Amino acid sequence: MTVSVHEGLFTIDPPALLGARCDGCGHHHFPRLAQCPYCGVEQVRPVTLSDRGTLWGWTEVTVAPPGYRGEVPFGFGVVELPEGLRVITRLAEPTAAYTFGLPMRLRIVELHTTEDGNPVVTWEFAP
Amino acid sequence: MTAVEIAGIGIHPFGRHDGVTVTDLGVAAVKAALAEAGLGRGDFQAAFCGTAYAGVAAGHKVLGALALTGMPIVDIEAGCASGGAALQLAAGAIRAGQYDTVLVFGMEKMSKGIIRSSFFEPWREEAGLAATPAYFALRAQRLMRESGLTKDDLAAVVVKNRGNGVHNPDAMFRKPVSAAEVLGSRVVCEPLHLFMLCSPNEGAAAVVLRRASGARGERVTLEAAVLRSHLPGSVLGEATPLAGIDHRHITPPTTLAALAAFEEAGLGPDDVDVVECQDTDAARELLGWEELGLCQPGEQGRILADGDAALGGRRPVNPSGGLLSKGEPLGASALGQVVELVRQLRGEAGARQVPGARVGLAHTVGRGANASVTIVRR
Repeated sequence: MTVSVHEGLFTIDPPALLGARCDGCGHHHFPRLAQCPYCGVEQVRPVTLSDRGTLWGWTEVTVAPPGYRGEVPFGFGVVELPEGLRVITRLAEPTAAYTFGLPMRLRIVELHTTEDGNPVVTWEFAP
Repeated sequence: MTAVEIAGIGIHPFGRHDGVTVTDLGVAAVKAALAEAGLGRGDFQAAFCGTAYAGVAAGHKVLGALALTGMPIVDIEAGCASGGAALQLAAGAIRAGQYDTVLVFGMEKMSKGIIRSSFFEPWREEAGLAATPAYFALRAQRLMRESGLTKDDLAAVVVKNRGNGVHNPDAMFRKPVSAAEVLGSRVVCEPLHLFMLCSPNEGAAAVVLRRASGARGERVTLEAAVLRSHLPGSVLGEATPLAGIDHRHITPPTTLAALAAFEEAGLGPDDVDVVECQDTDAARELLGWEELGLCQPGEQGRILADGDAALGGRRPVNPSGGLLSKGEPLGASALGQVVELVRQLRGEAGARQVPGARVGLAHTVGRGANASVTIVRR
């Protein structure tokens, strides 16, 4: 059975990040909280965030950081969503041809497999 | 307002010290600072200890080893700014009349490589979203794009700081590097190469603060000690959120701390003669310059080219060699900067002396987010 790396962050089918929009300041946030992390208002509505955005920053992680369970190298960066939200995300390899503003699309990828043989998945953006 | 003077400083060299405990490191720095101030048991009324990794009651263990307990001992964790946080609390208590003399110290013993932090939930580490140098790299990339800086500029910061570190016996790296060597070191996270990143390591520093007596000019005073946290929204800020809404329009914690510190000191950026600033990576120093108000955004390239921030320049930055030379033992980092500034203001900095320095500014920023700005004056 496929397992999410952490519950409540995304849906697998269709691939989507789970955020929220604040009724007070109008900003979107991710991950979803019971109150707006930008203004503190508790009137927030759950929303499914856009699965498309543009590349705002990128790099490549070449050495496995502590606690990491996936392959290296892996892409890492920021994708800007149409909602005005900039999301920290894994990025598809290779990153060499990436440019600012490159259109990107969300997908769900396997990170590693548990001892029981279950795939653990997370989100990433790819061109 | 009550003036606060720095009555003594002490440091245990930053580096790798196998077989030496974190308590031993703290003891060495505290002994040196108390000896310089001529103080012993019963001569200070409180102690504040900055540390992020030394564990429960770390400060008590240091003062316990010296038979100096009895007064309040408070351990403070504020990431890279832990020492700055301790200074703010100590200075505030003296100004409020609560204490006359306070011991402030910090120490750390950290392993090599990428820092692991309980700040990140385990799933974030598992998914690769806790890769600290990658966040530094994204910040460097944005700074380069928005301020017109190049990798050559990043290399120039390393060359400058490592060149200064040659003259600092308390630094870990005392060999100069060339720009070619910096750019030839392996890429950790593009655009950051290995030599552009500081090394977490081991060390301690201590400062004795007391209500000031004596005439200005004969003493070094603590004019401001400010800690600030982040405002929400910045995706690449040191709070390292998973998402953000804006970037340049949110005042960063370093600027919040700097503005408050300049106001507290009654001084401005133009009054500062010497700076010790957070160079976790080479780009962080350049970002710090503009966040501290020491230059306008985009001016960094010219300043580097003109040598204004080098020893012998208009306003040297990181004459100690910075964290790029010293390494970064988190809890000791901010106090190590203050030790350097006091030596500079006393004219005791030897080959790395900034001639005639009267006002010094120290800056740290890191996990939390936390930022501290300390201003000292002679």
